[in-house]
Amino acid sequence: MITAVELGLIYAIMALGVYLTFRILDFPDLTVDGSFTTGAAVASVGIVSGMNPWLATVLAFFAGMLAGTITGLLHTKGKIDGLLAGILTMIALYSINLRIMGKANTPLLGEETLISPLRAAGILGSWSSIGIFFVICLIFVGAIVWFLHTELGMAMRATGDNQEMIRSFGVSTDNQKILGLALSNGLVALSGAIIAQYQGFADVGMGIGLILIGLASVIVGQAIFTQRYIWLAALAVVFGAVIYRLVIQLALSVGLEVNDMKLISAILVVVALLLPKWKGFQKIVKTFKRTPAAVTAKEEVGTNA
Amino acid sequence: MLSIKNLSRTFFPGTVNERKALRNINMELGDGEFVTVIGSNGAGKSTVLNMVAGKLQPDTGSVTIAGKNVTKLADYSRAKYIGRVFQDPMAGTAPTMSIEENMALAYARGRFRGLGLGVGSKRRELFVEELKSLELGLENRLKTKVGLLSGGQRQALSLLMATFSKPKILLLDEHTAALDPQRAALVSRLTKEIVERHQLTTLMVTHNMEQALQLGTRLIMMHDGEIILDLNQEQKSQMTVQGLLDEFGKIKGAQLDDKTMLQ
Repeated sequence: MITAVELGLIYAIMALGVYLTFRILDFPDLTVDGSFTTGAAVASVGIVSGMNPWLATVLAFFAGMLAGTITGLLHTKGKIDGLLAGILTMIALYSINLRIMGKANTPLLGEETLISPLRAAGILGSWSSIGIFFVICLIFVGAIVWFLHTELGMAMRATGDNQEMIRSFGVSTDNQKILGLALSNGLVALSGAIIAQYQGFADVGMGIGLILIGLASVIVGQAIFTQRYIWLAALAVVFGAVIYRLVIQLALSVGLEVNDMKLISAILVVVALLLPKWKGFQKIVKTFKRTPAAVTAKEEVGTNA
Repeated sequence: MLSIKNLSRTFFPGTVNERKALRNINMELGDGEFVTVIGSNGAGKSTVLNMVAGKLQPDTGSVTIAGKNVTKLADYSRAKYIGRVFQDPMAGTAPTMSIEENMALAYARGRFRGLGLGVGSKRRELFVEELKSLELGLENRLKTKVGLLSGGQRQALSLLMATFSKPKILLLDEHTAALDPQRAALVSRLTKEIVERHQLTTLMVTHNMEQALQLGTRLIMMHDGEIILDLNQEQKSQMTVQGLLDEFGKIKGAQLDDKTMLQ
């Protein structure tokens, strides 16, 4: 249970990245399946070759940014459909990740990582480690919320909201998308780097189906929390990621196997997408949220305008 | 301020659908001139506007704004010179962002957007002052998401956002056509006030002849990709809707269709 929360909080950094593309830029980015592993691979290979784990993790972040930039360039300059651009980068990264690691698996046994001091101190798997990971998540949430309120971040939000409009105010929507994809995949790779250090190895298949975990976190969080404020929406993503892990834990504890996880993820996303459309659920939500969801309010105004 | 030279554009050249949208258009707008452009559907008025804005590229010809040739510039690169209000009230604002954030997006037009806060207390004061001029009470709803405003309020806000940073050229693309008569009148009045206050050089496309006569200092009528009438302020002040219809009737082969003209 505590392990599930810990994992959820580390995956939350990845989910925040997915939030940036999926929600803010309105761009379904599949690069993350590849860039997550890239982050893990870069950090692991760096640590094994004697690099400082902090430096290796930062390097993983930049490797992810590079991957996102490539998807962004394919989409904006190459005019390739967003989904396809992400898939192309993701597939290409599979080979690149193997190149980085030289084999399908890089163990971190006995290496000094960001996590090993926690493990040595016996903090891992306790409430204090949850506290530490939560504070780290809060720092990322804070940074993202701050960024989205800067002039640059606001231009990015407007790019996802109304491209025509923000272009008429002098913003290159292409550059905004590339930047957003780079930041997003940077966060995803960072999360991958920490996961590798947490579990003690990087594996070439560890990113497969990851986009579903990211989407599940974003959508579950959004189904439960109001999206009125950005800080609340970003925080909801973190809670969504933790809830996802707890659901998986629950599924495993009732007898499902690790091999069933992808199926559970897919079902969870479908449920999270369909449940808010069901009228009974809307009634329940209304009793919790005092204000109607911004989306439905927008539609109401749109029709009587 | 705005100089359009020999602008031509043919859509779908070499196909059965070939259509000459613009035939060698020339237009000079002096500083502070407010031109209203009318014409039937397909006359080319929106094409001219889109070429000035950079949404469309001409086959030949050039667009020069304040002495700078912008013909090859992308729409966002030339946006520092141009304020635009679209026909669709939903098009000119970001719906999930608040009123003050939308104002901040507009405030940064043509400037570098860095990591400074978009809405600071000093800017908020400026936004409040500007919003007060609309007399819609929006200055008391700074945190309200723009998506929650009515079409008329959004269009008034779009107009303010397009103008308060004083662009060299203001482009209005049938910006009252999608509003009910009362809202349209409000936005028309605001347009007049704002253009006069900032002395903006303005190009306004409209379907509404009444509006074209009420607003502006000059009137241009287009048909089939050509300018067929160009009235200065004095001629315009003596012109009537019937007079415009008569002018239009003189064109050989043109269908006198009140519905497409007047809507």
